[in-house]
Amino acid sequence: MEQTPSANRDCGCSLIPRAKKPATERAAEPSPIRTTTSTLTRADRRDHFLARWGYKRNEHRVEPGLYALGNPTPESPVFVSANYTLSFDALRSALGGVDGHILVLDTYGINVWCAAGKGTFGTDELVRRIESTGLGEVVSHRKLILPQLGAPGVAAHEVKKRTGFKVEYGPVRAPDLPEYLRTGAATPEMRRVRFPLKDRLVLVPVELVHALLPLTIVAIGLGLLVGPLAAVGTAASVLAGVVLFPILLPWLPTRDFSSKGLILGGLTALPVALAAFLGSPGAAWWLRAGGVLMYLLAMPPVTAFLALNFTGATTFTSKTGVRREMFAYIPAMAWLFGGGIALTIAVTLIRLLG
Amino acid sequence: MATEAIRSNVNTLEYYPEKCINCGMCVAVCPHAVFAPNGKAVQVVRHEACMECGACQLNCPTGAIAVDSGVGCAAAMIYAALTGKDEPTCGPDPEPTCSPGSEPDTASCCDTNTSCCG
Repeated sequence: MEQTPSANRDCGCSLIPRAKKPATERAAEPSPIRTTTSTLTRADRRDHFLARWGYKRNEHRVEPGLYALGNPTPESPVFVSANYTLSFDALRSALGGVDGHILVLDTYGINVWCAAGKGTFGTDELVRRIESTGLGEVVSHRKLILPQLGAPGVAAHEVKKRTGFKVEYGPVRAPDLPEYLRTGAATPEMRRVRFPLKDRLVLVPVELVHALLPLTIVAIGLGLLVGPLAAVGTAASVLAGVVLFPILLPWLPTRDFSSKGLILGGLTALPVALAAFLGSPGAAWWLRAGGVLMYLLAMPPVTAFLALNFTGATTFTSKTGVRREMFAYIPAMAWLFGGGIALTIAVTLIRLLG
Repeated sequence: MATEAIRSNVNTLEYYPEKCINCGMCVAVCPHAVFAPNGKAVQVVRHEACMECGACQLNCPTGAIAVDSGVGCAAAMIYAALTGKDEPTCGPDPEPTCSPGSEPDTASCCDTNTSCCG
């Protein structure tokens, strides 16, 4: 039996044979059972770190199929997971001392929740994987424990009808599994998704990495064309949206992300606007006002737009709510930003010429 | 059959109590405790907390729940609106032309979709 491979580049495509084998012939070969442990090695932790920073986002995978955890018997429980390393590792590391079977679905290296929403952590893939691994021959019972956040993709009653296996949804968080196994039930709190600071913080690095290059280019450009304070303002509004917003999210006053972002962006713009005011003592009052106002107009919508986009990284915002937010706030963001940019151009030109 | 639906104008979640057989799956799968047991049928207790993930709808064996679920991320919706696609999808990979695990008509699906194979 092979040891758990680290990030494996195999994806669904290579499982589809070039020359079409007849269905019966393929079904007769169950995939090999691999072994795994509940220990996370330094290589595993390095893989998690890289994944959190967005390095090779789709390549943090394990091979789909059946895994033996510990010394399972045909009576041992079956846990189902996605083939994203963070998902698989969260599951097995929570099951220290447990003998069980882990059925890994091919979600193309995507986590359970997103894959469920997309349908890849879904009824069809689960049924397919049960059949291809010959799970019915490996275990004597007919029970599967699925992560609760897989539910948007899996119809439990349909899995039962098609395979005879009964789906039970375990707790949201893997660390609650030992308690769940002990009592045979999940408490209401185990079934609630929360968004604590720690969960918000782990989302920051990957958003930051994606924003850094465009931010640097624009900041340098504006720094040269307009002045160093413009570079600072650009960086401040972007970093407020990408780093500060996830951290401060629950403490910002309003309900929707866009208005929270506008408030945070406004607060970020104040010191920059003040610096613009103090830095132009000799200028005519209207030029000075323009130099201050351009930051107050252009910065908040940048932060607000980044905040609006953070909705996609949460399990709280609904499609209806986000759509409503987009219609309510994007025009305002566009006007504010447009006004700020127009003013910036005007002020810069007047300074250059005057 | 005109069934009374529980609705709200905050989101698209609809619940038809007459179809409920009290299996409790919706209570089990909801990440925001929108439903709670209440005697012979479940009750919607936190309608506004629904994030339209669709887990309840999918796991209700009698179709007592309806919700317009789908990708709720602004970036995907903006992208879909700009490029004229119907349904925004998430994920860093472009959609492979063969849906996962299905039988493509030809084996060339993998030849053209090198992105999904890294």
